[in-house]
This record gives sequence, C-alpha cells and structure tokens, in this order.
Amino acid sequence: MINAADTAWMLTSTALVLLMTLPALGLFYGGLVQAKNILSVLVQCTAVAAMCSILWFAFGYSLSYSGDGDWLGDGAAFFLGNLARDTVRPGTHIPESVYVMFQMTFAVITPALIIGAYVERIRFAAVLLISALWLLIVYAPVAHWVWGGGWLAKMGVMDFAGGIVVHVTAGVSALVIAWMIAPRHEFPHGIRPPHAPWMVMVGASLLWVGWFGFNAGSAVSSGADAGMAMLATHLSAASATLAWMAIEWIKFGKPSLVGAVTGTIAGLATITPAAGVAGPLGAVLLGVAAGCVCYVAVWAVKRVMRVDDALDVLGVHGVGGAMGTMLLPFVSLAGAGGGHLNHAVGPQLQAQAIAVLAVALFSAIATFVITKLADRLVGLRVNLEHETQGLDFATHGETGYHVNR
Amino acid sequence: MKLVTAIIQPHRLDSVRQALTDIGINGLTITEVRGYGRQKGHTEIYRGAEYTISFTPKLKIEVALADDRVDDAISAITQAARTGKVGDGKIFVFELLAAQRVRTGETGDDAL
Repeated sequence: MINAADTAWMLTSTALVLLMTLPALGLFYGGLVQAKNILSVLVQCTAVAAMCSILWFAFGYSLSYSGDGDWLGDGAAFFLGNLARDTVRPGTHIPESVYVMFQMTFAVITPALIIGAYVERIRFAAVLLISALWLLIVYAPVAHWVWGGGWLAKMGVMDFAGGIVVHVTAGVSALVIAWMIAPRHEFPHGIRPPHAPWMVMVGASLLWVGWFGFNAGSAVSSGADAGMAMLATHLSAASATLAWMAIEWIKFGKPSLVGAVTGTIAGLATITPAAGVAGPLGAVLLGVAAGCVCYVAVWAVKRVMRVDDALDVLGVHGVGGAMGTMLLPFVSLAGAGGGHLNHAVGPQLQAQAIAVLAVALFSAIATFVITKLADRLVGLRVNLEHETQGLDFATHGETGYHVNR
Repeated sequence: MKLVTAIIQPHRLDSVRQALTDIGINGLTITEVRGYGRQKGHTEIYRGAEYTISFTPKLKIEVALADDRVDDAISAITQAARTGKVGDGKIFVFELLAAQRVRTGETGDDAL
C-alpha cells in the first residue's frame, strides 16, 4: 500500500539527489579546474546526467532492480514497459515510479563522479561512451549485487546509501581511467591551481544539502531511520570538515577553503554506507577518520602513485566509501542511536571486506576493458594543442569568462 | 612630454591615486598585469599539493606628463606605493612624442 508520508519524503529526496549532480557536482568540479576548462566540466556533468537517465529508463533499472538473480537483474522492466501508475515497489510503501526515479538519480551521479579523474584532457565522445558502458556494465550489476537482492545482499553485506555501490565503484574506476588516459601534460609540477575556490565551496555546500536526500532518502521511508541517517550524515560532514581544516592549519599554517570543503565531501562519502547504523557519536568518529585518512589518500595517489586522478575521486570518494563500509560494524556500537547489524561484528566485518574487495576488483577490470574499447573506437585524449587551448573552446566552441565585454 | 609607467602592488592603487591627485595630476590609466622580478612568484597549497604561481598579479599605471611634473610624480608614486618589502614594483619613464585630446583636438601639453 502506498504511504503518503514515505512517498512525499522520497519525492523530496529524489529532487535533492539530482541537485547533487546538477549543479552541485558541476560547480564543485568546475571550480577546481582551470578557467579554460570550466564549461567542459559543466557540459560533461549535464550530458552524463541526461544520457544516464535515458539508459536507466531503457535498461539500467531492469538490470539492477528487476528479478532476484545472484549476478544481474532480468530484462522484464526494460523501457519500464510494465510500470503502471499505481504499482507499488515491493518491500516499500512508495509507488514504483518514485523508486525508479530515486534510483535514477544515483545512476546519474555515480558516472558523473568519475568525471573528476579525467577532466582537462579527455575527448567528449570518450566521456559519453565510457559513461554509458560503465553505467550498464559496472554500476547496474553492482547495484543489483548489493541493493537488488544479488549475491552480496544475500551474504548480508550492508551498504545503506552507496559506500560500495557508488563510491568504491566510482573511485576505483576513476583511478583506472586516470592511469590509462595518462596525466595532463603539465602534471605534476606545472598544473595550475583551482581557478575558482569559491565555486568549489558553493558546489560542496549544495552537495552537503543534497546528501540529506541521498542518505536519509535511502531509508526509503520517512520514519526513524531517515531521521537518524540525516543527523549522522550532517555530523560526519561537520567533523570531517574540521579535521581536514585542522590538518592543513597545523601543517601549512593556513586553513584553506578548498581543504575544508574537501573534508566535507570526504565525511559525506564516508558516512554514506554507515548512515543506517551509525548513531550521532559514531558519525562524529567516522567523520574525524574521514578527514584524516582521505587527506593522506589524496596525497598518496598524486605524489606516491603519481596518477593524475585530477580532482581526487579515489582519494576522497573511493577511500571514504571503502572506509565507511569497513568501519560500519564498529560505529554501530559507538554511543547511542546505533542500528542493528545483519551479523555479529566479526562476520559482518568479513562480509563488508569481501564486498569492498570484490567490487573494487570487478570495477577495475571492467573499467579497464571499457576504457580500452573507448580508446579504440573514439580515442581518449584531445591533442596537445587543444589541451593547451582548453576544452571549453576547443571542444565546445564556448568561452567561460568574457572579460571587458 | 614623458610617459611614466609604474608597476605597483595592486593594494597600493588607492594611495597612489590619492598622492597623484594631491599634487594636481588628474588622470591615469591602469592595467591588471602579471609578472615577476626579485619577488619571484609564490606558492599556494590546495588539498596538500603545492602550486607555483610564477607570475604575481600587479597593476600597471600609466601617466602622461609635462616634463616639469615628472620628478614630482615619481616621488609621489614612490612614497605612496612603497611598503618596504620585495615586490613593491618599478617606475619607468619614456619620452612621449605626441599627445592629442580626442574631443577638442588640442595637442602637446594642452592635451594632458
């Protein structure tokens, strides 16, 4: 039976999660690139959002959420052919149309997160091809494994809002693509700094608010679980912001804006899988861990691995999501307000670890194949002249900033 | 006639304008420029990574003057733009061959 309160909250959450891609992620990423590439990032976010919406309608939803196979859904819901107006999504009290749409916004933002890895040098055709194949080959199966009744769900793996399904898949795949497409030609020492830190902050703040829909919406109801998830989400974001800021203040003598809001996103990614089981204290502890560990991870990817994951998708999202997934059994115990685990702490941790490793491995291999294919079919990189000129004009024929005109 | 070109710290613009106005010089042109001298550049840190900014933002001021005003103008600019730190800028003086006011057609010192 359709519950009006649940439905109202899920409609709201859906709008909040779409806001995370359009425009929040666009602004967050757009401010971090050079001025000559701002529009290319916004075009990529917009195009990926539109394209993945259509693919979700056509194939993605069915492959993820129709049928109960171990590995993949079935084709029964292709093109949403049987979606009646009053169909109720099994296991919930909301119309299936709302469930399709809510999950669609997740299918939109996950490939869009990967954009951060390859900005400032990729061909636009490669963005579209990689994102489309990735949605169907990586995201749809993993969503089915964890959320659609697949083998990880049957194992009792817990991922409340997408630490594994969204952040581990996107983070690991981002690293693989960044490595395969090779660094921007000035990397690492000639890279220009973020052209608009204020825009990064506006984007991060919209992501912060949108994340309430992402996490509290993942309760798929409007009751106690949604309420605690929103509280936990906010506390984790706040404590990670402070942790990252403190590290920079101690290390460099100056607390930076870009650092603080990067901490925010790390805290949000980290609480994502655990938002259903963490209480307030657990969320704060997780946020502090997010700020510290993701700070080190960002440094390690760029300076030790020397991979030009340009906007730190692995370091912030991948590592945050994986850490939240692994710490989830422990934070459920910290303080009051914790939720129930599927297993005792030990076996739960084991299931979580298997899920993270399996999904990371699968994402890496599948993304490698997809990227190879895209390289063959359309080529990955623009030429050096276009890279130097900037993708805004070279690829899209537009200029982000007209000064004195 | 001379053209005095000064490269200054952007935040000294208001005091330089005031100093020139105080000695009766009305009218100057500014351009936002970037460059380096002894100050070299500076570094900025984003997400723990250092970025070298090799060209520091400066302002270029251009003032066209009658010959007898040049020394006053130079000392006014120098006093107003000086902070005592490396990076305060430089002043260059060029010969100015001709000047003409667009509206009236006046030429020479009358056009300044």
